[in-house]
Amino acid sequence: MLTIEELLTNLDLALRQVIEQRQLVNPMMIGIRTGGVWIAEQMHQRLAIEEPLGLLDISFYRDDFSQLGVHPHVKPSAIPGHIDGRDIILIDDVFYTGRTVRAALNEIFDYGRPNQVVLAVLIERDGKQIPISPDCVGVRMALSAYQRIKLLGPDPLVIEVENMPLHSEGETVR
Amino acid sequence: MNNLQLNAEGRLKHFITIEGLSRELLTEILDTAESFVGITDQQIKKVPLLRGKTIVNLFFENSTRTRTTFELAAKRLSADVLSMSISTSSTSKGESLLDTIRNLEAMFVDMFVVRHGISGAAHFIASHTAPHISVINAGDGQHAHPTQAMLDMFTIRQIKKSFIGLRVAIIGDILHSRVARSEIQALNILGVEEVRVIAPKTLLPAHVHTLGVSVCHDLTEGLKDIDVIIMLRLQKERMTSALLPSESEYFKCFGLTEKKLKIAKPDAIVMHPGPINRGVEIESQVADGKQSVILKQVSNGIAVRMAIMSMAMQPMSQ
Repeated sequence: MLTIEELLTNLDLALRQVIEQRQLVNPMMIGIRTGGVWIAEQMHQRLAIEEPLGLLDISFYRDDFSQLGVHPHVKPSAIPGHIDGRDIILIDDVFYTGRTVRAALNEIFDYGRPNQVVLAVLIERDGKQIPISPDCVGVRMALSAYQRIKLLGPDPLVIEVENMPLHSEGETVR
Repeated sequence: MNNLQLNAEGRLKHFITIEGLSRELLTEILDTAESFVGITDQQIKKVPLLRGKTIVNLFFENSTRTRTTFELAAKRLSADVLSMSISTSSTSKGESLLDTIRNLEAMFVDMFVVRHGISGAAHFIASHTAPHISVINAGDGQHAHPTQAMLDMFTIRQIKKSFIGLRVAIIGDILHSRVARSEIQALNILGVEEVRVIAPKTLLPAHVHTLGVSVCHDLTEGLKDIDVIIMLRLQKERMTSALLPSESEYFKCFGLTEKKLKIAKPDAIVMHPGPINRGVEIESQVADGKQSVILKQVSNGIAVRMAIMSMAMQPMSQ
Protein backbone atom coordinates (compact mmCIF):
# COMPACT_ATOMS: atom_id res chain seq x y z
CA MET A 1 0.00 0.00 0.00
CA LEU A 2 1.31 3.43 -0.91
CA THR A 3 1.71 6.14 1.70
CA ILE A 4 -0.48 9.25 1.72
CA GLU A 5 2.54 11.26 0.66
CA GLU A 6 3.05 9.03 -2.41
CA LEU A 7 -0.64 9.26 -3.30
CA LEU A 8 -0.54 13.04 -3.08
CA THR A 9 2.56 13.13 -5.27
CA ASN A 10 0.88 10.86 -7.84
CA LEU A 11 -2.17 13.10 -7.91
CA ASP A 12 -0.03 16.21 -8.16
CA LEU A 13 1.81 14.81 -11.20
CA ALA A 14 -1.37 13.55 -12.86
CA LEU A 15 -3.00 16.93 -12.32
CA ARG A 16 -0.08 18.82 -13.87
CA GLN A 17 -0.31 16.58 -16.90
CA VAL A 18 -4.05 17.13 -17.30
CA ILE A 19 -3.68 20.89 -16.83
CA GLU A 20 -1.25 20.85 -19.76
CA GLN A 21 -3.25 18.50 -21.99
CA ARG A 22 -6.55 20.28 -21.45
CA GLN A 23 -4.85 23.69 -21.50
CA LEU A 24 -6.43 24.94 -18.30
CA VAL A 25 -6.01 28.67 -17.86
CA ASN A 26 -5.80 30.14 -14.36
CA PRO A 27 -7.84 27.28 -12.92
CA MET A 28 -10.07 27.68 -9.88
CA MET A 29 -9.74 24.81 -7.42
CA ILE A 30 -12.79 23.55 -5.52
CA GLY A 31 -12.78 20.86 -2.83
CA ILE A 32 -15.81 18.82 -1.83
CA ARG A 33 -16.41 18.78 1.93
CA THR A 34 -15.01 17.27 4.00
CA GLY A 35 -12.26 14.94 2.77
CA GLY A 36 -12.05 16.55 -0.65
CA VAL A 37 -11.23 19.89 0.95
CA TRP A 38 -8.27 18.37 2.81
CA ILE A 39 -6.85 16.95 -0.42
CA ALA A 40 -7.61 20.19 -2.26
CA GLU A 41 -5.69 22.18 0.38
CA GLN A 42 -2.62 20.04 -0.38
CA MET A 43 -2.98 20.36 -4.17
CA HIS A 44 -3.72 24.07 -3.90
CA GLN A 45 -0.40 24.52 -2.16
CA ARG A 46 1.59 22.20 -4.44
CA LEU A 47 0.29 23.84 -7.60
CA ALA A 48 0.80 27.30 -6.08
CA ILE A 49 -2.68 28.52 -6.98
CA GLU A 50 -3.13 32.06 -5.71
CA GLU A 51 -6.89 32.38 -5.79
CA PRO A 52 -8.41 31.07 -2.55
CA LEU A 53 -9.68 27.51 -2.52
CA GLY A 54 -13.40 27.02 -3.16
CA LEU A 55 -15.39 24.86 -0.75
CA LEU A 56 -18.42 22.88 -1.79
CA ASP A 57 -20.96 21.27 0.54
CA ILE A 58 -23.19 19.13 -1.61
CA SER A 59 -25.73 18.28 1.11
CA PHE A 60 -28.55 20.19 -0.59
CA TYR A 61 -27.86 18.46 -3.92
CA ARG A 62 -27.67 14.84 -2.77
CA ASP A 63 -29.98 12.33 -4.40
CA ASP A 64 -30.79 10.50 -1.15
CA PHE A 65 -32.72 13.27 0.64
CA SER A 66 -35.86 11.13 0.49
CA GLN A 67 -34.02 8.36 2.38
CA LEU A 68 -31.76 10.34 4.70
CA GLY A 69 -33.05 13.89 5.03
CA VAL A 70 -30.87 16.95 5.51
CA HIS A 71 -27.39 16.30 6.80
CA PRO A 72 -27.41 17.74 10.33
CA HIS A 73 -23.93 19.27 10.01
CA VAL A 74 -24.25 20.93 6.63
CA LYS A 75 -21.90 23.89 6.14
CA PRO A 76 -22.12 26.75 3.65
CA SER A 77 -20.41 26.42 0.28
CA ALA A 78 -17.92 29.16 -0.54
CA ILE A 79 -16.94 29.83 -4.14
CA PRO A 80 -14.20 32.48 -4.36
CA GLY A 81 -15.29 34.15 -7.61
CA HIS A 82 -17.48 33.93 -10.69
CA ILE A 83 -17.72 30.50 -12.28
CA ASP A 84 -18.75 31.72 -15.74
CA GLY A 85 -16.15 30.80 -18.35
CA ARG A 86 -13.66 29.53 -15.75
CA ASP A 87 -11.59 26.35 -15.80
CA ILE A 88 -12.38 24.39 -12.65
CA ILE A 89 -10.42 21.67 -10.88
CA LEU A 90 -12.85 19.73 -8.70
CA ILE A 91 -11.28 17.62 -5.97
CA ASP A 92 -12.61 14.80 -3.82
CA ASP A 93 -10.96 12.21 -1.61
CA VAL A 94 -12.60 8.98 -2.76
CA PHE A 95 -14.45 8.29 -6.01
CA TYR A 96 -16.92 5.46 -5.51
CA THR A 97 -20.42 5.50 -7.05
CA GLY A 98 -20.06 8.86 -8.80
CA ARG A 99 -23.15 10.29 -7.09
CA THR A 100 -21.24 12.85 -5.03
CA VAL A 101 -19.62 14.23 -8.16
CA ARG A 102 -22.98 14.37 -9.93
CA ALA A 103 -24.33 16.46 -7.04
CA ALA A 104 -21.21 18.66 -7.01
CA LEU A 105 -21.48 19.34 -10.75
CA ASN A 106 -25.12 20.31 -10.39
CA GLU A 107 -24.22 22.74 -7.62
CA ILE A 108 -21.30 24.23 -9.58
CA PHE A 109 -23.56 24.80 -12.57
CA ASP A 110 -26.03 26.66 -10.33
CA TYR A 111 -23.21 29.14 -9.66
CA GLY A 112 -22.55 29.67 -13.36
CA ARG A 113 -21.36 28.06 -16.60
CA PRO A 114 -17.74 26.96 -16.35
CA ASN A 115 -15.55 26.52 -19.43
CA GLN A 116 -14.10 23.15 -18.33
CA VAL A 117 -14.28 21.01 -15.23
CA VAL A 118 -11.52 18.53 -14.39
CA LEU A 119 -12.12 15.93 -11.68
CA ALA A 120 -9.20 14.84 -9.49
CA VAL A 121 -9.52 12.27 -6.70
CA LEU A 122 -6.99 10.78 -4.35
CA ILE A 123 -8.45 7.26 -4.55
CA GLU A 124 -10.69 5.71 -7.16
CA ARG A 125 -12.33 2.49 -6.02
CA ASP A 126 -14.62 0.23 -8.01
CA GLY A 127 -18.38 0.52 -7.62
CA LYS A 128 -19.26 3.20 -10.14
CA GLN A 129 -23.02 3.55 -10.66
CA ILE A 130 -23.32 6.45 -13.11
CA PRO A 131 -21.30 7.41 -16.21
CA ILE A 132 -18.88 9.81 -14.54
CA SER A 133 -15.15 9.15 -14.12
CA PRO A 134 -12.25 11.06 -12.63
CA ASP A 135 -9.68 12.69 -14.95
CA CYS A 136 -6.79 12.12 -12.56
CA VAL A 137 -6.30 9.83 -9.60
CA GLY A 138 -3.68 9.20 -6.91
CA VAL A 139 -4.36 5.47 -6.99
CA ARG A 140 -6.98 2.96 -8.13
CA MET A 141 -8.04 0.31 -5.62
CA ALA A 142 -10.11 -2.83 -5.95
CA LEU A 143 -12.36 -3.23 -2.93
CA SER A 144 -15.35 -5.46 -2.29
CA ALA A 145 -18.79 -3.98 -1.69
CA TYR A 146 -18.37 -4.85 1.99
CA GLN A 147 -15.34 -2.66 2.38
CA ARG A 148 -15.52 1.03 3.03
CA ILE A 149 -12.69 3.48 2.63
CA LYS A 150 -12.46 6.54 4.78
CA LEU A 151 -10.10 9.47 4.93
CA LEU A 152 -9.32 10.89 8.38
CA GLY A 153 -7.67 14.26 8.77
CA PRO A 154 -6.77 16.94 8.12
CA ASP A 155 -3.57 16.55 10.09
CA PRO A 156 -2.33 13.94 9.68
CA LEU A 157 -4.20 12.49 6.71
CA VAL A 158 -4.88 8.79 7.27
CA ILE A 159 -6.65 6.30 5.03
CA GLU A 160 -8.73 3.66 6.74
CA VAL A 161 -10.28 0.62 5.11
CA GLU A 162 -13.15 -0.79 7.16
CA ASN A 163 -14.85 -4.12 6.72
CA MET A 164 -18.55 -3.50 7.00
CA PRO A 165 -20.34 -6.00 9.27
CA LEU A 166 -22.18 -8.67 7.28
CA HIS A 167 -25.79 -9.51 8.04
CA SER A 168 -26.08 -11.78 11.07
CA GLU A 169 -26.98 -14.89 9.01
CA GLY A 170 -23.88 -14.60 6.88
CA GLU A 171 -24.01 -13.70 3.21
CA THR A 172 -27.78 -13.60 2.84
CA VAL A 173 -28.50 -10.12 1.69
CA ARG A 174 -32.13 -9.32 1.14
CA MET B 1 -46.09 17.57 25.87
CA ASN B 2 -45.29 18.81 22.41
CA ASN B 3 -43.85 15.59 21.07
CA LEU B 4 -46.35 15.85 18.24
CA GLN B 5 -43.64 18.02 16.69
CA LEU B 6 -40.99 15.31 16.72
CA ASN B 7 -40.88 11.92 15.04
CA ALA B 8 -39.84 8.69 16.73
CA GLU B 9 -36.16 9.58 16.27
CA GLY B 10 -36.60 12.99 17.88
CA ARG B 11 -36.28 14.85 14.58
CA LEU B 12 -38.53 17.67 13.48
CA LYS B 13 -41.83 16.59 11.92
CA HIS B 14 -44.09 19.59 12.52
CA PHE B 15 -43.09 23.05 13.68
CA ILE B 16 -45.91 24.37 15.83
CA THR B 17 -44.26 26.01 18.82
CA ILE B 18 -40.81 26.62 20.30
CA GLU B 19 -42.02 25.29 23.65
CA GLY B 20 -40.58 21.90 24.49
CA LEU B 21 -37.84 21.91 21.83
CA SER B 22 -34.22 21.39 22.88
CA ARG B 23 -31.33 23.80 22.55
CA GLU B 24 -29.67 21.25 20.23
CA LEU B 25 -32.61 21.23 17.85
CA LEU B 26 -32.90 25.03 17.78
CA THR B 27 -29.16 25.25 17.13
CA GLU B 28 -29.45 22.69 14.33
CA ILE B 29 -32.12 24.87 12.70
CA LEU B 30 -29.85 27.93 12.96
CA ASP B 31 -26.84 26.01 11.59
CA THR B 32 -28.81 24.62 8.66
CA ALA B 33 -30.17 28.10 7.89
CA GLU B 34 -26.59 29.38 7.81
CA SER B 35 -25.92 27.17 4.78
CA PHE B 36 -29.06 28.31 3.02
CA VAL B 37 -27.98 31.96 3.29
CA GLY B 38 -25.15 31.19 0.83
CA ILE B 39 -27.58 30.18 -1.90
CA THR B 40 -28.17 33.83 -2.72
CA ASP B 41 -24.57 33.87 -4.05
CA GLN B 42 -25.58 31.42 -6.75
CA GLN B 43 -26.73 32.55 -10.17
CA ILE B 44 -29.52 30.03 -9.80
CA LYS B 45 -30.86 30.72 -6.32
CA LYS B 46 -32.38 27.30 -5.87
CA VAL B 47 -31.49 23.87 -4.53
CA PRO B 48 -33.23 20.68 -5.60
CA LEU B 49 -33.95 19.43 -2.06
CA LEU B 50 -37.76 19.42 -2.15
CA ARG B 51 -38.22 18.77 -5.87
CA GLY B 52 -41.57 17.12 -6.47
CA LYS B 53 -43.00 18.07 -3.06
CA THR B 54 -46.14 20.17 -2.83
CA ILE B 55 -46.48 22.83 -0.16
CA VAL B 56 -49.69 24.71 0.51
CA ASN B 57 -49.65 28.03 2.34
CA LEU B 58 -52.97 28.25 4.13
CA PHE B 59 -53.45 31.81 5.29
CA PHE B 60 -56.66 32.37 7.21
CA GLU B 61 -55.28 35.74 8.30
CA ASN B 62 -53.64 38.49 6.29
CA SER B 63 -49.89 38.58 5.93
CA THR B 64 -47.44 39.98 3.45
CA ARG B 65 -43.95 39.33 4.78
CA THR B 66 -44.55 35.92 6.28
CA ARG B 67 -46.47 34.57 3.31
CA THR B 68 -44.03 35.93 0.77
CA THR B 69 -40.95 34.61 2.56
CA PHE B 70 -42.56 31.19 3.06
CA GLU B 71 -43.42 31.13 -0.62
CA LEU B 72 -39.91 32.16 -1.67
CA ALA B 73 -38.38 29.66 0.75
CA ALA B 74 -40.44 26.84 -0.75
CA LYS B 75 -39.55 27.90 -4.28
CA ARG B 76 -35.84 28.08 -3.49
CA LEU B 77 -36.10 24.50 -2.24
CA SER B 78 -37.66 23.61 -5.64
CA ALA B 79 -41.01 22.63 -4.12
CA ASP B 80 -44.28 23.38 -5.86
CA VAL B 81 -46.07 25.93 -3.78
CA LEU B 82 -49.59 27.16 -3.66
CA SER B 83 -50.69 30.12 -1.55
CA MET B 84 -54.31 30.29 -0.48
CA SER B 85 -56.03 33.12 1.30
CA ILE B 86 -58.88 31.28 2.87
CA SER B 87 -61.06 34.23 3.75
CA THR B 88 -61.72 34.52 0.04
CA SER B 89 -62.42 30.86 -0.64
CA SER B 90 -64.59 27.96 0.39
CA THR B 91 -64.66 28.47 4.17
CA SER B 92 -66.63 31.58 3.43
CA LYS B 93 -69.05 29.23 1.67
CA GLY B 94 -69.39 27.24 4.88
CA GLU B 95 -66.79 24.47 4.50
CA SER B 96 -65.24 23.36 7.80
CA LEU B 97 -61.50 23.61 8.43
CA LEU B 98 -61.09 19.84 8.42
CA ASP B 99 -62.98 19.49 5.16
CA THR B 100 -60.68 22.05 3.56
CA ILE B 101 -57.68 20.06 4.83
CA ARG B 102 -59.09 16.72 3.64
CA ASN B 103 -59.69 18.14 0.18
CA LEU B 104 -56.16 19.47 -0.07
CA GLU B 105 -54.80 16.14 1.19
CA ALA B 106 -56.66 14.48 -1.64
CA MET B 107 -54.56 16.61 -3.99
CA PHE B 108 -51.39 14.92 -2.66
CA VAL B 109 -50.02 17.78 -0.62
CA ASP B 110 -46.87 17.17 1.47
CA MET B 111 -46.84 20.19 3.75
CA PHE B 112 -49.18 22.82 5.12
CA VAL B 113 -47.95 26.21 6.27
CA VAL B 114 -50.77 27.59 8.38
CA ARG B 115 -51.62 31.02 9.68
CA HIS B 116 -54.83 31.29 11.63
CA GLY B 117 -56.43 33.80 13.96
CA ILE B 118 -57.30 31.15 16.52
CA SER B 119 -54.68 29.85 18.94
CA GLY B 120 -54.08 26.14 18.47
CA ALA B 121 -55.20 25.98 14.83
CA ALA B 122 -51.87 24.64 13.52
CA HIS B 123 -51.74 22.06 16.30
CA PHE B 124 -55.28 21.00 15.47
CA ILE B 125 -54.42 20.52 11.80
CA ALA B 126 -51.20 18.66 12.64
CA SER B 127 -53.07 16.22 14.83
CA HIS B 128 -55.66 15.50 12.15
CA THR B 129 -53.66 15.30 8.92
CA ALA B 130 -52.36 12.18 7.24
CA PRO B 131 -49.10 10.93 8.80
CA HIS B 132 -46.88 11.86 5.85
CA ILE B 133 -47.88 15.53 5.98
CA SER B 134 -45.90 18.15 7.92
CA VAL B 135 -47.46 21.28 9.36
CA ILE B 136 -45.61 24.54 9.96
CA ASN B 137 -47.19 27.20 12.14
CA ALA B 138 -46.95 30.63 10.53
CA GLY B 139 -48.74 32.28 13.45
CA ASP B 140 -51.79 31.12 15.43
CA GLY B 141 -53.87 33.60 17.41
CA GLN B 142 -51.96 34.89 20.40
CA HIS B 143 -50.21 31.57 20.90
CA ALA B 144 -47.05 31.24 18.83
CA HIS B 145 -45.12 32.39 15.77
CA PRO B 146 -42.13 30.06 15.96
CA THR B 147 -40.54 30.75 12.56
CA GLN B 148 -40.46 34.48 13.31
CA ALA B 149 -38.77 33.70 16.63
CA MET B 150 -36.19 31.51 14.88
CA LEU B 151 -35.34 34.11 12.25
CA ASP B 152 -34.89 36.63 15.05
CA MET B 153 -32.61 34.19 16.90
CA PHE B 154 -30.69 33.72 13.65
CA THR B 155 -30.28 37.49 13.21
CA ILE B 156 -29.14 37.89 16.82
CA ARG B 157 -26.58 35.10 16.49
CA GLN B 158 -25.39 36.45 13.13
CA ILE B 159 -24.51 39.80 14.72
CA LYS B 160 -23.74 38.96 18.35
CA LYS B 161 -22.08 35.59 17.53
CA SER B 162 -23.39 33.92 20.71
CA PHE B 163 -26.35 34.06 23.08
CA ILE B 164 -24.21 33.83 26.20
CA GLY B 165 -24.35 36.92 28.40
CA LEU B 166 -26.87 38.76 26.19
CA ARG B 167 -29.58 40.95 27.71
CA VAL B 168 -32.58 41.20 25.42
CA ALA B 169 -35.45 43.66 25.81
CA ILE B 170 -38.85 42.99 24.27
CA ILE B 171 -40.87 46.18 24.20
CA GLY B 172 -44.55 46.79 23.62
CA ASP B 173 -47.71 44.75 23.45
CA ILE B 174 -46.56 41.51 25.09
CA LEU B 175 -50.13 40.56 26.00
CA HIS B 176 -51.39 40.05 22.46
CA SER B 177 -48.11 39.13 20.81
CA ARG B 178 -47.51 35.57 19.60
CA VAL B 179 -44.08 36.74 18.43
CA ALA B 180 -43.13 37.78 21.97
CA ARG B 181 -44.24 34.44 23.43
CA SER B 182 -42.20 32.42 20.95
CA GLU B 183 -39.20 34.71 21.32
CA ILE B 184 -39.19 34.52 25.12
CA GLN B 185 -39.18 30.71 24.88
CA ALA B 186 -36.44 30.60 22.26
CA LEU B 187 -34.19 33.09 24.08
CA ASN B 188 -34.50 31.14 27.32
CA ILE B 189 -33.81 27.80 25.64
CA LEU B 190 -30.76 29.25 23.88
CA GLY B 191 -29.48 30.54 27.20
CA VAL B 192 -29.34 34.35 27.12
CA GLU B 193 -28.48 36.15 30.36
CA GLU B 194 -31.78 38.03 30.64
CA VAL B 195 -35.05 38.54 28.78
CA ARG B 196 -36.59 41.81 29.92
CA VAL B 197 -40.10 42.78 28.90
CA ILE B 198 -40.90 46.48 28.92
CA ALA B 199 -44.55 47.46 28.65
CA PRO B 200 -47.40 49.22 30.41
CA LYS B 201 -49.22 46.97 32.85
CA THR B 202 -52.28 46.80 30.59
CA LEU B 203 -50.22 45.18 27.82
CA LEU B 204 -48.65 42.42 29.92
CA PRO B 205 -50.20 39.01 30.58
CA ALA B 206 -51.30 38.35 34.16
CA HIS B 207 -48.58 35.89 35.14
CA VAL B 208 -45.81 37.32 33.01
CA HIS B 209 -43.11 36.44 35.59
CA THR B 210 -43.73 32.74 35.06
CA LEU B 211 -42.53 33.07 31.44
CA GLY B 212 -38.92 33.46 32.60
CA VAL B 213 -38.56 37.20 32.12
CA SER B 214 -37.85 40.25 34.21
CA VAL B 215 -40.45 43.00 33.99
CA CYS B 216 -40.10 46.75 33.69
CA HIS B 217 -42.74 49.41 33.14
CA ASP B 218 -40.40 52.24 32.27
CA LEU B 219 -38.52 52.37 28.96
CA THR B 220 -35.74 54.70 30.15
CA GLU B 221 -35.05 52.47 33.12
CA GLY B 222 -35.48 49.24 31.15
CA LEU B 223 -33.04 49.96 28.33
CA LYS B 224 -29.96 50.00 30.59
CA ASP B 225 -27.30 47.37 29.68
CA ILE B 226 -29.43 46.00 26.84
CA ASP B 227 -27.70 44.27 23.86
CA VAL B 228 -30.75 43.50 21.74
CA ILE B 229 -33.95 45.54 21.48
CA ILE B 230 -37.00 43.85 20.02
CA MET B 231 -39.83 46.29 19.34
CA LEU B 232 -43.33 44.92 18.86
CA ARG B 233 -45.98 46.42 16.66
CA LEU B 234 -48.70 48.27 18.53
CA GLN B 235 -51.85 46.85 17.06
CA LYS B 236 -54.10 49.82 16.44
CA GLU B 237 -57.20 47.95 17.47
CA ARG B 238 -55.85 47.95 21.06
CA MET B 239 -56.49 51.67 21.26
CA THR B 240 -60.19 51.19 20.94
CA SER B 241 -60.26 48.55 23.65
CA ALA B 242 -59.23 51.12 26.29
CA LEU B 243 -55.89 49.45 27.02
CA LEU B 244 -54.07 52.63 26.07
CA PRO B 245 -54.94 56.32 26.24
CA SER B 246 -53.67 57.39 22.78
CA GLU B 247 -51.01 56.74 20.15
CA SER B 248 -49.10 59.88 21.00
CA GLU B 249 -49.13 59.08 24.69
CA TYR B 250 -47.86 55.58 23.94
CA PHE B 251 -45.08 56.95 21.76
CA LYS B 252 -44.07 59.37 24.52
CA CYS B 253 -43.70 56.58 27.08
CA PHE B 254 -42.76 53.48 25.05
CA GLY B 255 -41.74 54.72 21.60
CA LEU B 256 -38.09 54.05 20.73
CA THR B 257 -36.36 57.32 19.84
CA GLU B 258 -32.71 58.03 19.04
CA LYS B 259 -32.34 59.62 22.45
CA LYS B 260 -33.69 56.60 24.29
CA LEU B 261 -31.66 54.20 22.14
CA LYS B 262 -28.52 55.81 23.58
CA ILE B 263 -29.42 54.38 27.00
CA ALA B 264 -28.86 50.83 25.72
CA LYS B 265 -25.35 49.50 25.05
CA PRO B 266 -23.62 51.41 22.22
CA ASP B 267 -23.56 48.29 20.02
CA ALA B 268 -27.18 47.34 20.74
CA ILE B 269 -29.22 46.24 17.74
CA VAL B 270 -32.83 47.20 17.05
CA MET B 271 -35.23 44.58 15.74
CA HIS B 272 -38.89 44.60 14.75
CA PRO B 273 -40.97 41.76 13.29
CA GLY B 274 -42.87 44.20 11.08
CA PRO B 275 -45.00 45.80 9.93
CA ILE B 276 -43.69 48.88 11.71
CA ASN B 277 -45.84 51.80 12.77
CA ARG B 278 -43.49 54.75 12.36
CA GLY B 279 -44.09 57.33 15.05
CA VAL B 280 -46.14 54.92 17.18
CA GLU B 281 -43.70 52.39 18.61
CA ILE B 282 -40.54 53.46 16.78
CA GLU B 283 -39.12 56.69 15.40
CA SER B 284 -38.21 56.66 11.70
CA GLN B 285 -34.60 57.67 12.43
CA VAL B 286 -34.24 54.55 14.58
CA ALA B 287 -36.05 52.21 12.19
CA ASP B 288 -33.77 53.34 9.33
CA GLY B 289 -30.72 53.97 11.51
CA LYS B 290 -27.36 52.23 11.75
CA GLN B 291 -28.36 50.02 14.66
CA SER B 292 -31.51 48.75 12.94
CA VAL B 293 -31.40 45.21 11.54
CA ILE B 294 -35.07 45.13 10.55
CA LEU B 295 -34.47 44.42 6.86
CA LYS B 296 -31.79 41.87 7.67
CA GLN B 297 -34.49 40.03 9.63
CA VAL B 298 -36.62 39.90 6.49
CA SER B 299 -33.78 38.47 4.36
CA ASN B 300 -32.91 35.93 7.04
CA GLY B 301 -36.55 34.87 7.15
CA ILE B 302 -36.12 33.06 3.84
CA ALA B 303 -33.08 31.01 4.87
CA VAL B 304 -34.54 30.11 8.27
CA ARG B 305 -37.84 29.02 6.72
CA MET B 306 -35.93 26.95 4.15
CA ALA B 307 -34.11 25.21 7.00
CA ILE B 308 -37.30 24.48 8.94
CA MET B 309 -39.20 23.28 5.87
CA SER B 310 -36.44 20.95 4.72
CA MET B 311 -35.89 19.57 8.20
CA ALA B 312 -39.61 18.92 8.71
CA MET B 313 -39.77 17.18 5.35
CA GLN B 314 -37.21 14.60 6.35
CA PRO B 315 -38.24 11.02 5.74
CA MET B 316 -39.92 9.07 8.51
CA SER B 317 -38.48 5.77 9.62
CA GLN B 318 -40.44 2.75 8.51
